[in-house]
Amino acid sequence: MRPALLVLLVAVVSFCTAPGCLKRESAVQRGNRDQVLHRGMGADPADLDPHTATNIAEIDVTSALFEGLVAEDPLDLHPVPGVAARWDISSDLLTYTFYLRPDARWSNGRPVIATDFLASWRRVLTPSLAAENAGMLYVVQGAEAFHKGATSDFAQVGATAIDARTLRVVLEHPTPYFLSLLTHPAWLPVPIATIQAHGEAYTRGNGWTRPGRHVGNGAFALKEWRPNDKIVLEKSPTYWDAARVRLSAIHFYPIESVEAEERSFRTGQLHITYGLPFAKVDAYRRNSPALLRTDPFLNTYFFRLNVRQPTLANEKIRRALALAVDRKAIAEKLLHGGQKPATTVTPPGLLGYTPPAGTPSDPTAARALLAEAGFPGGKGLPNIELLHNTSANNRLIAEAVQEMWRRELGIDVTLLNQEYKVVLAERRAGRFQILLGDWVGDYLDPTTFLDLWRSDSGNNHTGWGNAEYDALLFSAARTADAATRAQLLQKAEALMLAAAPIVPIYANTHVFLVQPSVRGWHPTLLDHHPYKHVWLEP
Amino acid sequence: MARGPVRASAIPTILTTLCRSASVNQKFHSPSLLRLATFIPMLRFITSRLLQSLLALFLVITATFFMIRFVPGGPFTAEKAVTPEILRNLEAHYGLDKPLWRQYLDYLGRLGHGDLGPSFKYPNRTVNEIIADKVPVSAELGLLSLGVALIIGITLGTFAAIRRNSWIDYLASTVGMTGISIPSFVVGPLLVLGLAIHAGWFNASGWYGPADRVLPCLVLGFAYAAPISRLTRGGLLEVLNQDFIRTARAKGASEFRVITRHALRGGLLPVVSFLGPAVAGILTGSFVIETIFQIPGIGREFVNSATNRDYTLVLGTVILYAVLIMALNLVVDILQAWLNPKVRLET
Repeated sequence: MRPALLVLLVAVVSFCTAPGCLKRESAVQRGNRDQVLHRGMGADPADLDPHTATNIAEIDVTSALFEGLVAEDPLDLHPVPGVAARWDISSDLLTYTFYLRPDARWSNGRPVIATDFLASWRRVLTPSLAAENAGMLYVVQGAEAFHKGATSDFAQVGATAIDARTLRVVLEHPTPYFLSLLTHPAWLPVPIATIQAHGEAYTRGNGWTRPGRHVGNGAFALKEWRPNDKIVLEKSPTYWDAARVRLSAIHFYPIESVEAEERSFRTGQLHITYGLPFAKVDAYRRNSPALLRTDPFLNTYFFRLNVRQPTLANEKIRRALALAVDRKAIAEKLLHGGQKPATTVTPPGLLGYTPPAGTPSDPTAARALLAEAGFPGGKGLPNIELLHNTSANNRLIAEAVQEMWRRELGIDVTLLNQEYKVVLAERRAGRFQILLGDWVGDYLDPTTFLDLWRSDSGNNHTGWGNAEYDALLFSAARTADAATRAQLLQKAEALMLAAAPIVPIYANTHVFLVQPSVRGWHPTLLDHHPYKHVWLEP
Repeated sequence: MARGPVRASAIPTILTTLCRSASVNQKFHSPSLLRLATFIPMLRFITSRLLQSLLALFLVITATFFMIRFVPGGPFTAEKAVTPEILRNLEAHYGLDKPLWRQYLDYLGRLGHGDLGPSFKYPNRTVNEIIADKVPVSAELGLLSLGVALIIGITLGTFAAIRRNSWIDYLASTVGMTGISIPSFVVGPLLVLGLAIHAGWFNASGWYGPADRVLPCLVLGFAYAAPISRLTRGGLLEVLNQDFIRTARAKGASEFRVITRHALRGGLLPVVSFLGPAVAGILTGSFVIETIFQIPGIGREFVNSATNRDYTLVLGTVILYAVLIMALNLVVDILQAWLNPKVRLET
């Protein structure tokens, strides 16, 4: 090879590999300029119909496409006017009258009126739609009876349109968190006429949510939806508060692999990730703390103890297990995302509710209880199995607790891991002894965690039930005074934790990455970030 | 397979003999009869293989239908329990409330009309739509990767064979061993780290512009280039020692001509046999690449459908892959016979 050619080749190669060469403008840079937010969203949404939305990704996208009677404040999610400009609440907290704003419009230009809400709630409650979250509407008088088929007359349900812009809702019992509940997708209005134009409105599989057909009333409208690829929303010109919406578009990317999502963030394809690989938290904290967020989240991890199993039917054994867990070590040494040790099932931060003292870590008391139960030093105790669904994080926690129980109590625990849906099936059938799980709250009230342990709850799965616990929750639901209600709930939680059908482990956080240009993305307990308040600062 | 009274391989001989005698008699010389002589066994072979494939496909469908049903958990098993009423309504909507044998017959009935049913995960999409939407993406990824694999593999293998035991041979075998030993989920992120994150030339994920095709196709192609290069080298070395190559060289043909016109045709036979499983592997095995690079292809749907217990999508993708693999194997068998007259069309 001629020397000149060789020199040229070396020059080209070094020029091209030098940082900055051939670098294109990234999606984030373009987005900052054009106010287009690129958002990693984890799972792929199955549908964009708010009434059948169940996973976090579906709820996230539908929150931008639709608006309920009330909306959420971007800082702490307290209810602020949405489609309803204002509302009155009766002194017994049972009757709510909403006054709809005249300029609320669907994306097809039609006005949003009171009967739109009635038709939508009727749709959610109609059994043939099989809406998973229909139970959210049970606080409305007669809603449960209608949903369960006891009556087919929707007039029996406590929701009436006084006129086109006035809506009255009568509740079954005082529900202090009712306004917050209204932001859940199950309560959102849907365009019944549009749905009917594409098929049956009260069954699934209608197809009205496809781009070109989709009609919403939110700050953004659906432009493009390519499953497992990308969802594009554009600012809706018909939205009543469009002047305050600063983003021109949102691009959602369903990226299931957190590793792939993190790489996309680093190449400037995403403004915000849905998650962050566990192993990378420390590196980000060290090298780029400005990009790392560990926001508090309404999510608790705990073990379910199956009280139908002979060994775990013994309350002393259950309490011994609960007391022997070193939660601080798990939260601080094992997990590095700012998780907090949990002694109760309700996470910290719920306004107006202070959880009880709960289950401390006390190995001495745990050993004493186990001896009282007839198994001093764990001798003679049958082998116990701990089931968890296959994931590296779950394995870490299960192994740590297995070691704590062996060290403190002399108990041998066998770890079993299964694929997620297999674990769910085993749980439903009650075929487990100890099961690692978690719960994400649906709304900002302790009952979103405490209702789980009612004896008639479909999510209990522990076999534990207590008439006094049920009665306390029942009374709390019918108590209008906030302080008295909180006391009743606190008493119920203390009672449940003392019986130890569950062992709280840690209060989780939401760990993710965010580009410095993103503004208005505040830490909120439900991880909701009303997009109309988000903007990009180039 | 049971053979007919006349062996398939005997038919061309009989027909050729007939033709010869005809041409000798100068009465009805017919080149079309000659073509028929080679066409009939081919037709017999294809028909027989198609029938075998149909039977295999039926068995695959039946086994998959029942196996996925016996896996614990169903399409509506979720973290949050639904009430028994809601579950009943959901099951009734999708016909899951009927006895399993009835559902199986219903499925076969629909399948007969080309209807793969609605997806359980995506309520407003049918399995036919999902497949039609995702297959072109995976096919593009697969074909481009195959191109990369063939170009790199055959080039490296050929040079390794010509310059046997030289540095280029060692380089080819090093590249080959590297490609075989390092899995794509390691090569993929490494390439992304170097060329996307540090150099900034490419996106780390997505399938939007032509630049997004480069990294995934390189990674997937590289994994298959390795065995292709080894097979090319082996095949060529065997052919290069044969008499007809010596004859070609003796005639004064250039080395380039000897390799490209004479040696490669025979030398590539092992590669052709490998291509059937390789194409099937590239298409079905693209799941890892599709996940690393977030490509909206059918491989991701295939794996996700199993974890979602999306019964109809599982069946749809299994049928697709089964048909693909069977068709590819058939094509390879025919290609082999065409490339190598020594290969008999065995039914």
